[in-house]
Amino acid sequence: MTQTTPVSGPHTHAPGSVAWNMGWVTLALLPATAFGVYLFGWPALNLLLITILAAVLFEALCLRIAGRPVSPFLMDGSAIVTGLLLALTLPPWAPWWIGVLGAAFAIIVGKHVFGGLGQNLFNPAMLARVALLVSFPLEMTTWITPSPLFSEGAPGFLEGLAITFGLAAIPDAVTGATVLGEAQTGFSRDLGLSETLPGVYAPLQQALGFVPSSLGEGSALLLLAGGLLLMAKRIITWDVPVAMLGTLVILSTVFMLIDPERYAGPGLHLFSGAAMLVAFFIITDPVTSPSTVAGRLLFGAGCGLLIYVIRTWGGYPEGAAFAVILMNALTPLIDHYLRPRAYGRTRRGKPLPMKNTEAPAPAQEKRP
Amino acid sequence: MFLFKRKRPVFQGGVHPDDRKQATSGLPIECLPMPARLYLPVQQHIGAAARPVVKAGDTVLKGQMIARGDGAVSAAVHAPTSGRILGVEPHPAPHPSGLPVETIVIEPDGEDRWLEDPDPEHALNLEPEAIARRVAEAGVVGMGGATFPAAIKLNLGSRHHIDTLIINGSECEPYLTCDDRLMRERTDEVVDGIRIMRHALGARRALVVVEDNKPEALAALQARLYEMDTIEAMAVPTRYPMGSEKHMIKAVTGREIPAGKLGADIGVIVHNVGTAYAVHRAVRMQRPLISRIVTVGGGAVQRPANLEVLLGTRVEDLLAHCGGTRQPPARLLMGGPMMGQVMPHAQVPVIKGSNGIIALTEEEINIGETMPCIRCGRCVAACPCGLMPLEMAARIRKEDMDGAVDYGLMDCVACGSCSYVCPSHIPLVQFFHHAKGVLGARREQQRRQEEIKRLAQQRRERQEAEARAKAEAAERRKAEREAAKRKAEEAKAARAAKAATAKETPKTPAADQAEA
Repeated sequence: MTQTTPVSGPHTHAPGSVAWNMGWVTLALLPATAFGVYLFGWPALNLLLITILAAVLFEALCLRIAGRPVSPFLMDGSAIVTGLLLALTLPPWAPWWIGVLGAAFAIIVGKHVFGGLGQNLFNPAMLARVALLVSFPLEMTTWITPSPLFSEGAPGFLEGLAITFGLAAIPDAVTGATVLGEAQTGFSRDLGLSETLPGVYAPLQQALGFVPSSLGEGSALLLLAGGLLLMAKRIITWDVPVAMLGTLVILSTVFMLIDPERYAGPGLHLFSGAAMLVAFFIITDPVTSPSTVAGRLLFGAGCGLLIYVIRTWGGYPEGAAFAVILMNALTPLIDHYLRPRAYGRTRRGKPLPMKNTEAPAPAQEKRP
Repeated sequence: MFLFKRKRPVFQGGVHPDDRKQATSGLPIECLPMPARLYLPVQQHIGAAARPVVKAGDTVLKGQMIARGDGAVSAAVHAPTSGRILGVEPHPAPHPSGLPVETIVIEPDGEDRWLEDPDPEHALNLEPEAIARRVAEAGVVGMGGATFPAAIKLNLGSRHHIDTLIINGSECEPYLTCDDRLMRERTDEVVDGIRIMRHALGARRALVVVEDNKPEALAALQARLYEMDTIEAMAVPTRYPMGSEKHMIKAVTGREIPAGKLGADIGVIVHNVGTAYAVHRAVRMQRPLISRIVTVGGGAVQRPANLEVLLGTRVEDLLAHCGGTRQPPARLLMGGPMMGQVMPHAQVPVIKGSNGIIALTEEEINIGETMPCIRCGRCVAACPCGLMPLEMAARIRKEDMDGAVDYGLMDCVACGSCSYVCPSHIPLVQFFHHAKGVLGARREQQRRQEEIKRLAQQRRERQEAEARAKAEAAERRKAEREAAKRKAEEAKAARAAKAATAKETPKTPAADQAEA
């Protein structure tokens, strides 16, 4: 046997690959996705499939245009994950073109304009969601009260298709508002939380997800379980979710103690809106989060802070997507300044000071 | 031992590769039968190559020096058996390039006759310098694979205050069990070597460090030590790269070597257990380094084994003794799979630093398709040196070597932890080797340019000096002519002018010559 090209070590490798990671992320999202589909019925399933399919097609198109090998990059699963995550943040009965436009924006502008996998500055799914929300505020805020599959009054398969493809209007009776939306509306009418929340907010209901919400953001508990699975498999690190959720809890607790009528407590903040999905599946995106532990803690805390600020004082009831995009923009800066301390050096990169200075300087010797 | 139960700091980062030591850790050391030929490269160590002192046709006895250490950092080579020198000729080196190096070829005569039969030495009565000299004469180098001449490190006690001697028995590379077997089977010899080394260095204590996946070796060592001994055997967590000098010192003493310094500067010296054994042989038994223990392993090997091998034995002889290979190995390595080197073929010899011959199958290597970096930061978490491999690689990809250096390229020990964990299967270590090579070439280029500049400057100065001298000479001649004119014209001043000329005349040719 002859080895022609010299290769440097290591000559063994830990199990795992990009595709493996993406596969686990998809798997961890499955329970929450299935629950969302169950809760919101056929239109939600249509939207989900359309969005993922569109994401994969746009990915293939972009790879073809860029002249890259299509199959290995399609097989890495990143486009599927992007499409899935985007779909999960959409209103469940949104029309088909919302899904297609969103997928196009996520894959083309969010990812391939920057140079494809690993090069994007912003989380593609969040970027697309922000673009959709700003461009189509009506479609992006039409929330549905849960109408589980096969339950009474839930749209059948054909009705679902009609809703998805805009052939039938969504009846007003089934639309509702999210808790965060209610809270904000109440606040703008000078109503205290004790007047707004009863009737729209029941903690257990909220945590389980039987509430108006985006397609897959509803069940905070299922998302939490998926996130913990990824942590156990070491696909994601603990630091980002802990920093984000911790910040959110601390801020909401402090402000709730100051004025419980004006500021909602940690329970509502944790289990409503996109908090869980963002904490475990969005800001753990390796590409757009910092690469050091310290950086990730700062990044996660920043996301938590911005989410709280936008929810509480901002113009939108939910600000997770904006918060993520803003912190994504800071990631290169964080990575530049928060480097780990190198062995034998101070934080500033200078050699560590010598403890015993009585030893004379040795002659220059090269030693392995 | 019980005095040191406190929790010790361990280094940051590191990885836990599957150790795969079970195949050979239970196998006693076997002696390889005498091969038909021995091939001894004169360069088996870091430093200058040894100079052969034999020629084709000479007969040598076992243990006879056949190449002398040349220069401050070098190591002698000895005949592993008695026999005839077939030649001193180029032969493929155990290096990925497979390029030939000067190699002494010996044909054994089968008698295996020693040069001399010395009595064991009372080594602990010897002066430290005498110990270091004997170690140097025996050609002992770092047996963990680094192959730095051991005597130089044993001499550091005279220039530095060494308080701790660490004996590295961590054997953190997967597959390798040669140190494990050595510690278990030749414990007394290893401990004796440690005592000699501690004595030579004047160190207060010596610590034998064993990863906790080798409990038998640790128990064997502890059984040979006294309660209040100056030597202590301790377990450390199994984590790669525990065997790296920097990280072992950090894990054991909590101290960090400041960048650009040596372990000796902070009072710590690290030697391998194999070196301790070789020192015992060299100083106590007065035998040079002519053999070593090699683990033959990997999925492609029919019958993995731990072999005691004469230096210069070809890898193919080892593999043949182990029943050959089940399948053509995907990679044949010398050393462990993390930092070992790919051998071009099996006709290269075992040298002083060869701790393993590992023939890996395709599945064991687990090469994946290289994907773009997804900035997951696993390399950052795995780096035991606190670097950001992804940032370094990104800069090297753009040929921005200075940027990579700014990110700590020169602090990288090339342990391979980053490449090992990379989900995109990016060959990060290869990037770093490439960058270091480019930087080395650039430094060499710069050195040359400076040398050329210096020579050009010298030449210009010389030419200027010559021109100046010429001009001065011309001036002087002019002055002389004028003086002569004046002399002819002014009879009255002739005597005074004559005296002045007489003073100058003898000086002029001499000065001209000096300046020329």
